[in-house]
Amino acid sequence: MSAEKLQTCLWLVQRISASVLAVAVAVHLITIIAAVQGGLTAAEIIARVGGNGAWAAFYGVFVVAAAVHAPIGVRTVLQEMTPLPNFFVNALSALFGIGLLIMGLDAVSILYRLGGG
Amino acid sequence: MQGTLSVSVWRGGEAGSFQSYEVPRRGNQTVLDVVTYVQRKLDGSLSYRFACRVGMCGSCAMMVNGRPRWTCRTRVSRVASSGKLTIAPLRNLPVIKDLTVDMTDFFDKWAKAGGVFKPTATRAEDFAAIRPTDSKRRHADAGIECIGCGICYAACDVVAWKPGYLGPAALNRAWTLVNDTRDGNGAARLRAVAGDDGCLACHSQQGCQEHCPKHLNPTAAIAGLKRAVAVAALKGRL
Repeated sequence: MSAEKLQTCLWLVQRISASVLAVAVAVHLITIIAAVQGGLTAAEIIARVGGNGAWAAFYGVFVVAAAVHAPIGVRTVLQEMTPLPNFFVNALSALFGIGLLIMGLDAVSILYRLGGG
Repeated sequence: MQGTLSVSVWRGGEAGSFQSYEVPRRGNQTVLDVVTYVQRKLDGSLSYRFACRVGMCGSCAMMVNGRPRWTCRTRVSRVASSGKLTIAPLRNLPVIKDLTVDMTDFFDKWAKAGGVFKPTATRAEDFAAIRPTDSKRRHADAGIECIGCGICYAACDVVAWKPGYLGPAALNRAWTLVNDTRDGNGAARLRAVAGDDGCLACHSQQGCQEHCPKHLNPTAAIAGLKRAVAVAALKGRL
């Protein structure tokens, strides 16, 4: 794949993941506002979301979209604001994305298991 | 019009400094008139560029009170109500001396962006008939009046952050050719403007549109290129 095609694909993927995030963030915020009644506590969140396959799938998609979207943006910021060579910029951005993915999916998995799933 | 203007003019190269001059105010005086007065009456060693003095050639662009402007068509009364003017060389371009910048990068990027028309017809063929109302022709017409002054390039923060970025003028030129149905270099041009240093780097801040003296909208042209590049990538033509 040519560099131009790869960079265009990254740009497209960032926009597609942004549209997924727009829906996911809206659902996430509306749910928090509607569902929180007795204060935002870990117990309430686990009782509501934990062990629920649908919520685990929703937050799984949320995490994947964020882990794809954010590193592409970080790559642009590093290119524009630092003198780092492209190899390091790409490597740092990829590591950042992998970190987000691992931590995010781990959190979703723990929440699911804590609720008895 | 009475009184004097307090004018600070950049002198020297990249490591120069501002020097102050007092210039008499005149009715309908332009910023170029002020610079010319300094050079003809106060300091003959001042370097600057101009040619047509009527907003056609695009050679007299400078930073005026921090904003890029065509100085031949900028009235002093519009930009120096306090009686002070600061005149500097165009931003984002290397300074040669005083108010003269090296435009090499700026014009090289037009070539890099595929800014050269490649005809598909020969001299033996008749003129191409293109309706003025054709949607592609309208897109081309919207950007065709660029005079290559470099003001959009000086106004663009992405150029400042990313020196390899092709810039608004070169990309605007590419968009006019993408919409020219007589041109035969479409695929190569889209490859030239795709990628990190091309249209995808634009943040749509619209500094180019805000400052363009011809009231063109390079941001819209770049948005058109982004769509064309994305479609080409999805169809495997990039």
